[in-house]
Amino acid sequence: MRAPVSWLREFVAIPSDQDGRAIAEKLINAGLEVETVETLGAGVIGPLVVGHVVGIEELTEFKKPIRWCQVNVGVEHGGVRGVICGARNFVQGDLVVVALPGTELPGGFKIAQRETYGKLSDGMICSARELGLGDDHDGIIILASDHVVGEDAKPIVGVGEEILDIAVTPDRGYALSIRGLARELAIAYDLDFVDPGLELAQLPAPSGTSVPVACSSEDEQACALFTLRTVTGFNPGAPSPAWMQKRLVACGMRPVSLAVDVTNYVMLELGQPLHAFDVNKLQGSIRVGHVADGTVIETLDHVERTLNRDDLVILDNRGPIGLAGTMGGFATEIDESTTAIALEAAYFDDGSVARMARRHKLSSEASRRFERGVDRVLAPYASARATALLLEFGGGDYVGMTAVEAPLEPTVIDLPASQAGEIAGMQIHTTTVIRLLQAVGCEVDASTDVLRVGVPSWRSDITDPANLVEEVIRLIGFDEIPSRLPTAAVGHGLSTSQRLRRRVGMALAARGGVEVLNYPFVGEAEFDALRIAPNDARRSSVKLANPMNDEQPFIRASLLPGLIAAAKRNLSRGSDDLCIYELGSVVRSGMGAPVARPSVTQKPSDDAWAGLNAMLPIQSTSIAVLLAGQHSQQTWSTVARNYDWADVIEIAMNIAHTTGADLRVGPGNDESFHPGRCAQLTVSGVEVGVAGELHPRVIEALGLPARSCALEMDFDEVIARSASSRPAPAVSAQPVAKEDIALIVPESVNTAAVTSSIIEGAGELLESVRLFDIYRGQQVPQGSRSLAFALRFRASDRTLEAAEIASARQSAIDLVIQRHGATLRGA
Amino acid sequence: MSGPNTSFDPKQVSALSAESVDAVVADALGAIAGAASLADLKEVRLAHAGDRSPLALANREIGALPPAAKAEAGKRMGIARGQIKDALDQRESDLQALRDEQVLNEETVDVTLPVDRSPMGGRHPLTTLMERICDVFIAMGYDVAEGPEIEADWVNFDALNVPPDHPARTMQDTFYVESPDSGVVLRTQTSPIQIRAMLERDVPIYVVAPGRVFRTDELDATHTPVFHQVEGLAVDEGLTMADLKGTLDHFAQEMFGAGIRTRLRPSYFPFTEPSAEIDLQCFVCRGESISNPDKSCRTCGSEGWIEWGGCGMVNPRVLTAVGIDSSRYRGFAFGMGIERTLMFRNGVTDMRDMVEGDVRFTRAFGLES
Repeated sequence: MRAPVSWLREFVAIPSDQDGRAIAEKLINAGLEVETVETLGAGVIGPLVVGHVVGIEELTEFKKPIRWCQVNVGVEHGGVRGVICGARNFVQGDLVVVALPGTELPGGFKIAQRETYGKLSDGMICSARELGLGDDHDGIIILASDHVVGEDAKPIVGVGEEILDIAVTPDRGYALSIRGLARELAIAYDLDFVDPGLELAQLPAPSGTSVPVACSSEDEQACALFTLRTVTGFNPGAPSPAWMQKRLVACGMRPVSLAVDVTNYVMLELGQPLHAFDVNKLQGSIRVGHVADGTVIETLDHVERTLNRDDLVILDNRGPIGLAGTMGGFATEIDESTTAIALEAAYFDDGSVARMARRHKLSSEASRRFERGVDRVLAPYASARATALLLEFGGGDYVGMTAVEAPLEPTVIDLPASQAGEIAGMQIHTTTVIRLLQAVGCEVDASTDVLRVGVPSWRSDITDPANLVEEVIRLIGFDEIPSRLPTAAVGHGLSTSQRLRRRVGMALAARGGVEVLNYPFVGEAEFDALRIAPNDARRSSVKLANPMNDEQPFIRASLLPGLIAAAKRNLSRGSDDLCIYELGSVVRSGMGAPVARPSVTQKPSDDAWAGLNAMLPIQSTSIAVLLAGQHSQQTWSTVARNYDWADVIEIAMNIAHTTGADLRVGPGNDESFHPGRCAQLTVSGVEVGVAGELHPRVIEALGLPARSCALEMDFDEVIARSASSRPAPAVSAQPVAKEDIALIVPESVNTAAVTSSIIEGAGELLESVRLFDIYRGQQVPQGSRSLAFALRFRASDRTLEAAEIASARQSAIDLVIQRHGATLRGA
Repeated sequence: MSGPNTSFDPKQVSALSAESVDAVVADALGAIAGAASLADLKEVRLAHAGDRSPLALANREIGALPPAAKAEAGKRMGIARGQIKDALDQRESDLQALRDEQVLNEETVDVTLPVDRSPMGGRHPLTTLMERICDVFIAMGYDVAEGPEIEADWVNFDALNVPPDHPARTMQDTFYVESPDSGVVLRTQTSPIQIRAMLERDVPIYVVAPGRVFRTDELDATHTPVFHQVEGLAVDEGLTMADLKGTLDHFAQEMFGAGIRTRLRPSYFPFTEPSAEIDLQCFVCRGESISNPDKSCRTCGSEGWIEWGGCGMVNPRVLTAVGIDSSRYRGFAFGMGIERTLMFRNGVTDMRDMVEGDVRFTRAFGLES
């Protein structure tokens, strides 16, 4: 809502020393967000005067027609001056705005006497655009004839006018009007306020020359008040007055014609949307109601709209002629030949208009106001004001008003007098509560401790005691509220998941990982590039109805597409070596069955709550890592080494070590990964993820560096299977015995299996086993490899005897031989 | 060569004379002093203190002396061997020190060489900032509450007193899942976590709720369709706006320094009543830049205050929707954008830096923001 300060001053006597910024400050403190304070023609410096065009000579020898004008700017400004002008929208005798030499216009454009088109031009005749007053005007400004030659033109054209631009929150529909803002200012400045909305304009008695257009309502719920005032004999060519046009422009609206301008002007002033019908285009009477699904109407914006039976429409005998409170129809639009006008002013239910505006994706000045609540009783007052303006500037006869109205049901709220103070946390006297409620327009019956508060008709947002409390506290000022700390309950600290997410993040970052937070939006192309099979769950089945990008309508079921996109972005920016990770939410199922919307007037039942949750896809936390490029570069102290599959498995182990999960690595199988370099990750026998080198075709399709590696694990599964507390180990101080063994094992047997057998065979004396060498070649048969292990034996209570060690070692060897077809190397 | 001196031979025994021993000692001390290296000294030790050194050989002759002379000769020999040993030890110690000085000097390295064998990574500053905020509230007795990103619109809107036709529900703002009628949305705010907390926990409730939220805004320097908020909720008997203000002041001071204040401006949120915008006193200029062109402040644009978030007293309608008796309990709630907080707190100038995952951006923050 743009509000010119001069307009506000018309309704409330704001002290003259208060400029736009000071006024804005008052409104902000009252809860109205003033976004900007703009000064019209802020760049105009120096004299701007009213000039009288006394002579025009057309110069035709130039490429475009030029006028050599004689303009009288008053004796005090040098009398008649010659001015060159390119505009053609004025005639001899018009009053215009002249910038005299020495004036500076917006953009630093200085006016001076100058030779041009063979004449000495001694000033400039100005357009609105040149004065920084708006973009809509072609041609120069022509002033009303009642101005005095030589007079200062700045206030006439609005130079220096301050305009407040206010972002009105959805609860304050009344503030979408000069009337509503003026009331707030009257409260803020503690001034008297005479409500211009409830003063009925004086209209002549109905002329009786014809009958006013009749009206009726078929839906009193949605339309509790509908009025029509009819004017005939109206002069369609009469212009709207300059002051009205100026204000409309200042408020961001384009002047169109007298009838349209008046409806807009009164809407801005009082907050009542109005609509004018051309009576001669109407068929019969007007009614408010509904039409069958599929009925079509062409609206003023020349869009054909297919109506729904829930739409609230205005109809004549032929059919729909407007969307109630949203936009009128094209067929009954007033135009340059309209001489009879039916002026609609009505109260439409906020929900009906909101649904319709949303359904037709049509937001108008009218619908914005109705959605936020229009004054229930304002319609006849606003239409009287508008009719008076039409008659004043367009002539014609007032024929009368027709109206239908449902019984008025005022809102009355019982408010304990102490409640505002209890909620604010400070003493507020009952007299203060009453005074402030009265200032916003309430009627207060204070005969008991529970105040009986009648809510004013323009405050449909006030429905509960809490709304009244807010009014009182905001008008006292939030600055008055003391600051105090509550004694909070005893908390429980972080949950296991919250704590472990932090720990894992720190562990990954400490080993070089960089966290990325990717958008969750994915699409078919990414699934295809990752070779994900058509029915795989990672082709998410959770799809957005209105995605940002039609190529990515799905919500991720895997973090890998996002990580890959982030990797590519980094690679394109020259970060060649990447270890990036994300810990984030993914979907693990499709959507559940939709359920009915529970009431909000009581707690949902356990079943209803369970149903709401079952409607959602299963969502859990996933962790993924992507490695690309070099693990280390060639430097004075390191040799170059690329990241490989073992790095990513080590990271998986590191995550498990951090959470306390007993992670096992086995051969895996995943379409996105290299079939021979993919590990399945399990905890307690449950698969929790996959790690390894990405499939070469995936790497190729995605343009990643060769041998890029990745892992992804279900973090919730990992922590669910992590030890909640860890038993302390027995740390023996007895001497260690070290034994090395080398076993020749078929290639088909994996190291983890051999290691398990060694641990099992060696028994409890074995403290640790570590693979330290792999050998293929001479002395080792084709298809086998030699695995060399370092074994450490130790007892908790004694130095081990040589025979014990030898026996344990032999048991280990025997089991590997027996289980895996191995042979002891060197035996 | 020598054995028990069964047939007494005065000439052989002369090696045990005082003169002879002195001469041997002098010879040894000279050799020790002359040893230039530890290797030389090792040879000197062998020659003058070894099994075949003159003293060792002479010592063997003691047995041949008459009993009366044995004690004296033995004593003399002991002193001589002691002298030589001390000299050897001293010289060895000196030479070792000398060698260390030389070798360690040769081993000097340039300790300013770049050491980046295992470069540090970094956690996203939005993550660490959210953790930091949560920690402030954990210290005040709050728990950290969470909820799903894909949420029922009843939880995201209805229960928060945003009725189905409310302007905030327009298609322009909200991502709908599957179809606009599915009843499922990407949560547009962290406030649905309030509803979950109130339905799933017992009063009194003190929770802080960080999370990722979604709105259909195109990514540009100041907007992103995916961003983060943190939300606080307290529901207890007797809570007032004064408690809300005190909590926000404490929070501001923990995050931005002692003495930093907050200011509340009336506003509108469907789920709080009264509702307010939270302004944070500028922690850089502390208000000194207001109307003071000489001290203009980039952080607050010389306004003295920074818009931080929204807050208010929980609307009794919200309490009703979750079955909390609003005549007995009151609540307050507040929330703020994490991206916005990081922008003014850490001087991030472009939203895209926090979104794109450029490792150079994140690594610069290390493990803290």
